[in-house]
Amino acid sequence: MRSQGRAIAAEPPAAGALASTIVIRPSRGWVALRLRELWEYRELFYFLAWRDIKVRYKQTALGAAWAIIQPFFTMVVFSIFFGQLAKIPSDGLPYPVFAYCALLPWHLFAYALNESANSMVANQQLIKKVYFPRLIVPLAGVLAGLADFGIAFAVLLLLMLYYGIVPTVAIVTLPLFLLLAIAAALAVGLWLSTLNVQYRDVRYVIPFLTQFWLFATPVAYPSSLVPEPWRPLYGLNPMAGVVEGFRWALLGKAEWPGPMIFVSAAMVAALLVSGLFYFRRMERTFADVV
Amino acid sequence: MSDVAIRVDRLSKRYRIGRAERYKTLRDTVVEGVMAPLRALGAALNGHGRTPDDGESDQHIWALRGVSFEVRRGEVVGIIGRNGAGKSTLLKILSRITEPTEGYAEILGRVGSLLEVGTGFHPELSGRENIFLNGAILGMKRAEIERTFDEIVAFAEVEKFVDTPVKHYSTGMQMRLAFAVAAHVDPEILLIDEVLAVGDAGFQKKCLGKMGDIARRGRTVLVVSHNMPSIVNLCQRAILLEAGEVLRDGAPPEVIQQYLGTIRSAGGEAMWADPSRAPGNDIARLHAVRILQEGCEGPIADVDIAKDVLVQIAYWNLREGAELYASIWLRDQMGTPVLASGNATSVSLTHDPWYGRPHPRGLFHSVCRIPGNFLNEGLYSIAAILGTAPSTTQVLQDYVLSFHVHDTGEMRKEFFGGWLGTVRPRLAWHTEFVEPAAHAAERGQ
Repeated sequence: MRSQGRAIAAEPPAAGALASTIVIRPSRGWVALRLRELWEYRELFYFLAWRDIKVRYKQTALGAAWAIIQPFFTMVVFSIFFGQLAKIPSDGLPYPVFAYCALLPWHLFAYALNESANSMVANQQLIKKVYFPRLIVPLAGVLAGLADFGIAFAVLLLLMLYYGIVPTVAIVTLPLFLLLAIAAALAVGLWLSTLNVQYRDVRYVIPFLTQFWLFATPVAYPSSLVPEPWRPLYGLNPMAGVVEGFRWALLGKAEWPGPMIFVSAAMVAALLVSGLFYFRRMERTFADVV
Repeated sequence: MSDVAIRVDRLSKRYRIGRAERYKTLRDTVVEGVMAPLRALGAALNGHGRTPDDGESDQHIWALRGVSFEVRRGEVVGIIGRNGAGKSTLLKILSRITEPTEGYAEILGRVGSLLEVGTGFHPELSGRENIFLNGAILGMKRAEIERTFDEIVAFAEVEKFVDTPVKHYSTGMQMRLAFAVAAHVDPEILLIDEVLAVGDAGFQKKCLGKMGDIARRGRTVLVVSHNMPSIVNLCQRAILLEAGEVLRDGAPPEVIQQYLGTIRSAGGEAMWADPSRAPGNDIARLHAVRILQEGCEGPIADVDIAKDVLVQIAYWNLREGAELYASIWLRDQMGTPVLASGNATSVSLTHDPWYGRPHPRGLFHSVCRIPGNFLNEGLYSIAAILGTAPSTTQVLQDYVLSFHVHDTGEMRKEFFGGWLGTVRPRLAWHTEFVEPAAHAAERGQ
């Protein structure tokens, strides 16, 4: 049976010259990412991301204020317990700004991770009934958190103004760290969304994961608490690099986090590429399994 | 350029059954995640592709098995078959939602598929927003949606509510809007599954009209439907699938005839093998109630509208000399009585020699013949009644059995869609031209 199936697949399509010919055959093993097809479907990607943003605060009393409330009150709690009571150092910065500046990328990451990891299951009706490159779903999920980030970012600027912190030229690198945070969320989100299709355990893992991850990330404390020789290793947690990068780019005073950033970036790249291929490999069974 | 639009070559799809129930721990998950790349690496090194789901010991079902056919450009082809025959699997593979296990297919041209009406509708978004979202999901470009927007809204008859969240729409409005978007997707090749029947009767007619338009515009259409009249009307060709294989491929009327012949399921019979447990008393008991149709062996649950339906009541007479009669009630699917009939001499068309006559003890078969082209399409249920003459009921078993009447399209050359009424007899019609009128135009046509 198998050999017969492969023999068929090896036949050249008779009218393959037509640009819009679609060839359907069983795929085996690892497959190409088909980024060009992804590009052709960019409008659907925009619409899905737009839908997620649009729907996010529907029928809530406070609406988009939630985008501020969550990081802001976390910052307040952190400032009271870690800043005031536990006297955790903050690299010479006012603790509220120190914490809030880290909470921004953290919330973006946690939200994007959660959305993309649950996206395949949440959109299973679509997946079972319509064809489109499946990668669009976790990708669009990641993007929806950016609107929240933008709103919460305005508050950071106010805080900086209040404490009289003027960013240095390092601020031009901020988009890179933002990109790194999104890529990190997408990388982990791809792995989890793929696993989530078959094992709904993932849904219960995510809250734990983000909780532990928050404590493993220098949000409430500075990475300078970690002994110098271990710091690059600390960068294996991609969010450690992102958070320290944010502080460096925005608050100026903090030290250049150095090799930690590069370790984080390499880690994200490895997770992202493997996640993309793993997703594509498992994609063929999504509609049957989800 | 070839005139073939869809070519399907020995397409097969295997599903593993019981997969969903198999319990897996998170540890298995992690192990699988790690092992899958390793296995693939091993397979690559060995030079043959081995996928994790190769385990031959697992229980599998073949939803499709070696299906081959070609659809020419501009052809409208209907796929019929009973539930589980593989129709939807075939469309899912051709729509690239799922992959075949074996075989090969190619589609030459821009393809659109409608496997469901309203896929991706979001209740919180307005009608306008959902049109754009749903359009994008169905593969329309933004410019295309903008161009046809007014047409979609008008078709769906939701002009006043276009900025209201869809969750406040009635079900009918949602369906109309969903179909309107779907109907304005205009690919060269269209794959459709069961979307014909949405909304109320009026809108259904509109949908079918639109379908007909698409078909007549020279589009290639592959449609899966249970609606035989629309298959007869829309399609030039029908393919009958049975247990994942192509059983027949040809002109719709013949293929539908064969389909109705094959769907004799276990239904069509209610039987009590043990007389002590059968409905009845010490005078008479039911043995079986069966639906029969000429040309088919044994009882059937699905009957052809054009042929006589035979309702057979098999009963035991337990008291020597009992003067028994038999009768039935027929109800439609709402439970409304359609008719009552018995074998009494004054109410039956033919003389039944056993009516009211002393019965010896033993098994009897009473058969009632309901003429063809008399019942409408749909589900009917039967009540079986036995009594002693003249009119003492001994056994009354309501809803003992039901059967489905299928329209083969013989009466549907001019019309399709739902047909009003519980019965649909052919009646005599005659029109006369009475006098020529000078003002014919004013009276209207």
